[in-house]
Amino acid sequence: MKSDYIAAIVGVAESELGVLPGRNVLQLQAQAAKRALDDAGFTKDDVDALFSSGTWQALPNLMLGEYLGIQPKYSDSTNTGGSSFESQIGHAVAGIQAGLFEVALITYGSMSRSIRRNWMPKTLTLQYEEPYGLPLPLGQYALAAMRHMHQYGTTSEQLAEIAVATRKWAMLNEKAYKREPITIEDVLQSPMVCEPLHLLDCCLISDGGGAIVLASARAAARAKKRPVWVLGHAETHTHNTVTYMPDLTVTPARETGRRAMEMAGITHDEIDVTEVYDSFTITVLLTLESLGFCKPGEGGEFVSGQRTAPGGSFPLNTNGGGLSYCHPGMYGIFLLIEAVRQLRGECGERQVNDAKIALVNGTGGHLSAASTVILGV
Amino acid sequence: MEHMFKPVIDDESRQYWEGLKNHKLMIQQCLDCSKYIFYPRTICPHCFSEHLKWVEANGNGLIYSYTVVHRAMPPFKDEVPYVVGIIELEEGVRMMSRIVGDRSQIAIDKPVSVIFHQIDDELTLPYFQLV
Repeated sequence: MKSDYIAAIVGVAESELGVLPGRNVLQLQAQAAKRALDDAGFTKDDVDALFSSGTWQALPNLMLGEYLGIQPKYSDSTNTGGSSFESQIGHAVAGIQAGLFEVALITYGSMSRSIRRNWMPKTLTLQYEEPYGLPLPLGQYALAAMRHMHQYGTTSEQLAEIAVATRKWAMLNEKAYKREPITIEDVLQSPMVCEPLHLLDCCLISDGGGAIVLASARAAARAKKRPVWVLGHAETHTHNTVTYMPDLTVTPARETGRRAMEMAGITHDEIDVTEVYDSFTITVLLTLESLGFCKPGEGGEFVSGQRTAPGGSFPLNTNGGGLSYCHPGMYGIFLLIEAVRQLRGECGERQVNDAKIALVNGTGGHLSAASTVILGV
Repeated sequence: MEHMFKPVIDDESRQYWEGLKNHKLMIQQCLDCSKYIFYPRTICPHCFSEHLKWVEANGNGLIYSYTVVHRAMPPFKDEVPYVVGIIELEEGVRMMSRIVGDRSQIAIDKPVSVIFHQIDDELTLPYFQLV
């Protein structure tokens, strides 16, 4: 590894998760923030930078800062969808490196399960797509899956391998929403929603929130637990809707994975545990290929034989993922939380042995944005 | 059922929406780098030129990808199953559209051509059918 130790994650927490009627997004973020600061052994007064993201308000950080009683030196509400929080980790490390602040609090909260938003007309560039009735975001991912199958012969059974393996991880996580075992046949027999994707190829829709405390090396020295260092990070976005995605089978993780690993000075075989966004099974398959864990077109074969399940050779989405644990809209923050717990050795039954380096990859929009973070202890 | 969609006709998009009513699929071409552009823009995303002209696309292309929608939200709920695809026009630009006709014959890379589907007096959409 060649990366400098600039900043580390010192606190992580979820809020309550699941189906939470009667709660609101500020409550959930406050709950997660308090728990994450407790996890770090820090207080609110240690926080001098505030990061959050969401579509629940036009100016979310202003409302959140007021609600939490935080007047930050630095504020960032970058929104690239599910990859927002991986990007914010990168931005926070850069801010710490520039000496602008010492301790960043990153929060997220969503009531996407219990407070369904009404259909809203799309404007600007979406007016050229909306009249055709493609369900969003599902249909966009279905278009990518269909192209991958056409180009490489990938099968529904191979996509189902991912859903089944992820469920096995969820069975080891008491916080996971779906914990009953499923088979490949169950996935294939679940209702077709947008060909070639079945219902069990799709993530959950949950309420919930999460928070992360990221500290400078100096501040991390007084944290309660062992710091988890940010060794590398990179982000990009290449399009908004998949119609304009340069190649429907390659995600922007090809670019961010390469750059983040280069910054960290690591190779694929040094990675012990991998947490990638699983909005749909196809998201995982495309991301693994784009990150270079296998060659283009070999993702189906790569995930076959339950390779990514507990006991398999490639531990992936070890909390049960967006497919089975929780998925409150912009899931990326939960990937980071799980990676940190794995590197701390806090995962009990689902702990990956001797995990020292984790790769986290958030995907946002319609395979539009990617942000990769390499963490290590 | 009334189509809930109403295009946002402004200076940038007017030629496109008006063209469809006259059964013309209008796209743009950059006068500096000669590349074709879809959707309507004020600047060329290839070379950042502001010198763009409107041209009529020949209406032929290939299916780049497609999906059959089995579950949809209103106002499309009652139309399922239907096919939404990404069409790559001969001019090199891609657009989303409906693909109509025998579903069992629809496949990626098959040639298609535009047809004009009138929704109401205000709105005509470009759909595609197998050649």
